Amino acid sequence: MPREADTSARDFLAARHRWRLVEALPWLIAIAAYFIFPDRMTFGAQVLIMVLFALSLDLVLGYAGILTLGHAAFFGLGAYTVGLLAARLGYGEPITGLLAGAAVAAVAAFLSGWVLLRYRGLTLLVLTFSTTILLQEVGNVFKEFTGGYDGIPGIVIWPLFGRFDYDLYGRTNYVYCLGVLVVLFYVVRRIVYSPFGEALTGIRENVARMHAIGSPVHWRLVIAYTISAALAGVSGALFTQTNAYATLGVFDFDRSAGVMIILILGGTGRLYGAFAGAVIYMILEDHLSKLSPEFWQFGVGFVLVLVVLFARRGLFGLLEDLSAVLARSRS
Amino acid sequence: MTAALEVRNLHKSFGALQVARDIDLTLERGARHALIGPNGAGKTTLVNLITGVLRPSAGRVLLAGEDITRLSQAARTRRGIARTFQINQLFRGLTVLENVYLAVAERTRACDRLWRPAGAERAVIEEALAHLDALRLTDDALKLVRELPYGRLRLVEIAIALALKPKVLLLDEPAAGVPSSESHLILDVIGALDPDIAILIIEHDMDVVFRFAKRITVLVQGAVLTEGAPAEIAADERVRAVYLGEEARHG
Repeated sequence: MPREADTSARDFLAARHRWRLVEALPWLIAIAAYFIFPDRMTFGAQVLIMVLFALSLDLVLGYAGILTLGHAAFFGLGAYTVGLLAARLGYGEPITGLLAGAAVAAVAAFLSGWVLLRYRGLTLLVLTFSTTILLQEVGNVFKEFTGGYDGIPGIVIWPLFGRFDYDLYGRTNYVYCLGVLVVLFYVVRRIVYSPFGEALTGIRENVARMHAIGSPVHWRLVIAYTISAALAGVSGALFTQTNAYATLGVFDFDRSAGVMIILILGGTGRLYGAFAGAVIYMILEDHLSKLSPEFWQFGVGFVLVLVVLFARRGLFGLLEDLSAVLARSRS
Repeated sequence: MTAALEVRNLHKSFGALQVARDIDLTLERGARHALIGPNGAGKTTLVNLITGVLRPSAGRVLLAGEDITRLSQAARTRRGIARTFQINQLFRGLTVLENVYLAVAERTRACDRLWRPAGAERAVIEEALAHLDALRLTDDALKLVRELPYGRLRLVEIAIALALKPKVLLLDEPAAGVPSSESHLILDVIGALDPDIAILIIEHDMDVVFRFAKRITVLVQGAVLTEGAPAEIAADERVRAVYLGEEARHG
């Protein structure tokens, strides 16, 4: 019955971007966490920041298939924009600070992406990695201005909307970060389900075919990279605002690698992978580093090896496989 | 009238290796032209030169009189050159519908939009479904490409190319590897294509070539050996020698 198949095919694309009930779950958990762990909100805010950072990487790595080990560059630029604005110019307004961080990161991504995104795979990996180290080194050369590895002294962030001051337990920060994440998650979700997002997926699936259907591949990648960097810039800006400090450590390779591990743990190219991955990674890091301050990375590495061996598509891929197995055994 | 596609003195070498030598080829509007020749003659290389996957070392490619030699592959596609690949180049992790949707969406510039849901582009979806319907792929619309049998995949290749609404269509062995029980479906589709589209087909099956083509170009070692109507080619001693020699070597 071709007519019937026709209708269901129509519905498939039309229904794909609709909100499903289960999508409320991560947000309900985030709200519940506020009431269950009221004195761990400083940590909670850091988790949310990593979720946003991982989400930004998912757009380029998970959807467009851009392999980058330099995403800390944009996190760092966002962090330093806010830090320097506050410490050197005495400007500490949070919301416009986020916008400034996003803008600086986006400009840097647009310019570097224009050159670097002509390459793919391992070459791109090394190039993005080196670009980040170069940025870090520039910060180190001008350490009178940037504070170098000692950090920027005297960052003061103004109260949120001029009204809400920051408490010792980080509750204001948590709510602030959650609000920003909600807004930006909505933006990423719109993009992912748009025709542009479909084109990004096409580039990941088969770039030769994209060229052959007339897609301006390079241009699309630069746009995606720029948007992603703006989001990473916001997460970096939030990092400085919530901690009221920033050192050149924000550009560390560990951060670029860490956010990639988060995405692999949770599952790439599936929006919510960033949530699951960031929560697992941050809690693992928190507990393991208390257990063994020196060797905690061994634990993270061990989990990563397990994931790569047994759950290639991350936690969500594993869940999908399990539910498929269950469905089969039931029928 | 200017030809749909013109290739003039096209030359391509990798170092000392000459893979295309002084190739001239003209496709009139609505042409049904076959490109034949033994393995390694440079047939796919010629397609790659015409579509812009490779840059020629010398010579020119004209599309409806316009010089496109220096244009990128994507720019040529947007001007009306589409191709199918000898080895499937599909979005394997996406559904058949999405494969064709992307072609339509790129052609109509819908892919420039990043705030509207892909599913809200009704016109794109309807057109993609129409292309699938024309190739009797409707029932497979929601299947993932990687789950389809090979013969169907060759049809998806063609559906994508047609979704680009080309003026010139290059078919690189469209029925290669398809069991004969299914290949007639592909040949029917090719036979029923819009008579305005200029088509260049690379094919090894001589039955197909003689049934379909009005003109045939024979390529040997990167150069045009001869060109003519099917009857002339069939009678040409040199062509026979090339093919018989080839068969003798394989046999």
